[in-house]
Amino acid sequence: MDFEHVGKIIDKYQEKRTGLISILHDIQDRYHFLPEEALRKVASRLRMDLNDIYGVATFYKSFSLIPKGKHSITLCLGTACHVRGGPKILREMKKQLSIEPGQTTADKQFSLNLVNCLGVCAIGPVMFVDGKFYGEMNPLKAKRIIEKINKNKRKNGVKS
Amino acid sequence: MRKIKSVSDLEKWREHILSKQKQDEVVVSVCGGTGCHAYGCKKVRDQFAKAIKKNDIDKKIRLRFTGCRGFCERGPIVTIQPQGIFYQRVQEKDVLLILSETVGKGKILENLLYEDAITKRKVTSEKEIPFYKAQHRLVLGNNGQIEPTKIEDYIGIGGYQALSKALFEMKPEQVIDEIKVSGLRGRGGAGFPTGKKWEDCRNAPGEIKYIICNCDEGDPGAYMDRSLLEGNPHSVLEGMIIGAYAIGGSHGYIYVRHEYPLACKNAETATTQARKAGLLGKNILGSGFSFDVEIAKGGGAFVCGESTALIASIEGKVGEPRSKQVHTVARGLWGKPTNLNNVETWANVPLIINKGSQWFSSIGTEKSKGTKIFSLVGKVKNTGLVEVPMGITLEKIIFDIGGGQQDGRKIKAVQTGGPSGGCIPASLFDLPVDFDSLTQVGSMMGSGGMIVMDEGTCMVDVAKYFVHFLEEESCGKCLPCREGLKRMGQILDNITEGRGDEESLVLLEELAEVVADTSICGLGKTAPNPVLSALRYFRPEFEAHIHQKRCPAAVCTSLIQYSISETDCTGCGACSKVCPTQAVKGEKKQSHFILAEICSKCGSCKDVCKANAVMVQ
Repeated sequence: MDFEHVGKIIDKYQEKRTGLISILHDIQDRYHFLPEEALRKVASRLRMDLNDIYGVATFYKSFSLIPKGKHSITLCLGTACHVRGGPKILREMKKQLSIEPGQTTADKQFSLNLVNCLGVCAIGPVMFVDGKFYGEMNPLKAKRIIEKINKNKRKNGVKS
Repeated sequence: MRKIKSVSDLEKWREHILSKQKQDEVVVSVCGGTGCHAYGCKKVRDQFAKAIKKNDIDKKIRLRFTGCRGFCERGPIVTIQPQGIFYQRVQEKDVLLILSETVGKGKILENLLYEDAITKRKVTSEKEIPFYKAQHRLVLGNNGQIEPTKIEDYIGIGGYQALSKALFEMKPEQVIDEIKVSGLRGRGGAGFPTGKKWEDCRNAPGEIKYIICNCDEGDPGAYMDRSLLEGNPHSVLEGMIIGAYAIGGSHGYIYVRHEYPLACKNAETATTQARKAGLLGKNILGSGFSFDVEIAKGGGAFVCGESTALIASIEGKVGEPRSKQVHTVARGLWGKPTNLNNVETWANVPLIINKGSQWFSSIGTEKSKGTKIFSLVGKVKNTGLVEVPMGITLEKIIFDIGGGQQDGRKIKAVQTGGPSGGCIPASLFDLPVDFDSLTQVGSMMGSGGMIVMDEGTCMVDVAKYFVHFLEEESCGKCLPCREGLKRMGQILDNITEGRGDEESLVLLEELAEVVADTSICGLGKTAPNPVLSALRYFRPEFEAHIHQKRCPAAVCTSLIQYSISETDCTGCGACSKVCPTQAVKGEKKQSHFILAEICSKCGSCKDVCKANAVMVQ
């Protein structure tokens, strides 16, 4: 893995400690998780203890120290989504992917995440799949989204 | 972009912007709020842009991609000015027709109009739609008038006028007095008087003072801060600059949840534009006053909505709150006096400075002034953002604006105040909505989430949901919150899974009291509210779970079983089509049945059954 980009990200925030969370976000956007090597680099450039960086990286839910899957499935379980049947969709997703929230499938294709509110409450239950919002979900619609991704994968062959 | 160095520069710029707007110009506004995005508004907007360019009518038509219009459930929303036509659920295929018929010939497309659910009358303009009719959109209203990424649009509608008034016609103390007299109270939840907070921060000793805007809108079910910062970021920024001038702040932060990428982006764009224009930075408008703002991102921790945790997070630390014996106005960010207000509070400031405290305080109730934005969501027909004067009744919001029940099930409660609030039963819907009356009935205003619940919502499940939510979000620093919530969660798990007994409720109430009394920060102190309010108003539901091992709302899966009535089933097969586990079996036109061992109890079959044949026991 090439960590040259980490230096550029730190430069962007002028090595400021206030920028730590933003730096970690940018690293995660680039590598899909927070690699140890990158965190060591951040610690040394920000003149912080690696323990403190580790503390921040594990405290905030957005960050992951293990690689995420190619497709990110985020299910909102805010109150509005909850009362409109969010948990039913979670049950279906767990069944479809055979993983628990926070985990990634063995083939590294899907990561299932839960979020406490995406702020799109009016059209709940909401799912956020690979950067796209899907509103008014039900278990069947959710299942079809996974099926569609799998189908496209097969169609595109080895590439994806 | 021009650099403005004085009030007259600003006025000249405004005149220039207005002079460019032609009298006979048609403005087509496509809502670009997040809800509309989920319904595909980006495609609609792109289609408009393409068609306008292709037909060479871009001189006649101005296309605008606005912020959230509030009526998210009806998205994508398109409005056409000056006629004031309101089209809803617009799709890509409708675009050419809108341009040729409505814009070209002035003909209204009936199929895109809103239909009144009761009278079945088609409504042409926004003002006539019941959802908008009872609203008072002072803060949110401009979202539809401007493109959030264009500072010129904001200047055109009188933006930064309040700032120039404050800087050149008022002393800092006068600004504080104006806010104090207006009666503005913090919109983030607790309702602390804004002017008093500003005054305390101004009077706190110290050279350097910080100004923070809290957009860590973590309350599930609330999204007005997102829509404001996304849709009208300059109004928030203008409020912050005025606040900084009054308090004596030199540097500010807008703390945004990273789950709101568009809000982060638009806030970033707004600060860059304001800086380039000379409205941020050194010597603003030539007044000698300097102030700048940075954007700080959150990391997905609910507790960071609490001021001291938020400050720790900006400092690049773990977001743990601290005891507030010394308030943040005296010692906040980097140990300096810090004034923190919520997005909606900041957005109210320019209005008050422009129109005066008397005007502002004439709206609302005796102790709660102005308007409040609520996100009306859950089991209600018209979902979206509503802005209403304080003191309006819950009944009016839920039934007049919200249109009442969604799918035939009676509304039984509304949850306000997020995980710190509580559930208010339908019998109290005549309650006027303001800070104090909501607290009196065991809930709170919170940031403004209003989640409507009907007979299909289990109140024990809701209580459990909030406890688990908070258990997960507890930072773990203090024991009562960390351990107490865990035990409360276990008790509620037991009740919903049929293992509750006589002792359960006694222990639950006792624990709730201890957690509330002994936690360090607001998260723990208010954590028991959802449980206590549910017990106060919906105790029989808890008792049904404990004594009869029954969930009256048919939600708690351990206590329910799905089956199909042989006599009522018409054999239409709708249920077997939607079943995600293929648990519904049966031949076409013959009575169907459910295989209990593979049924996931999702209820999809019940939702689609027209013959009401699916039974839950």
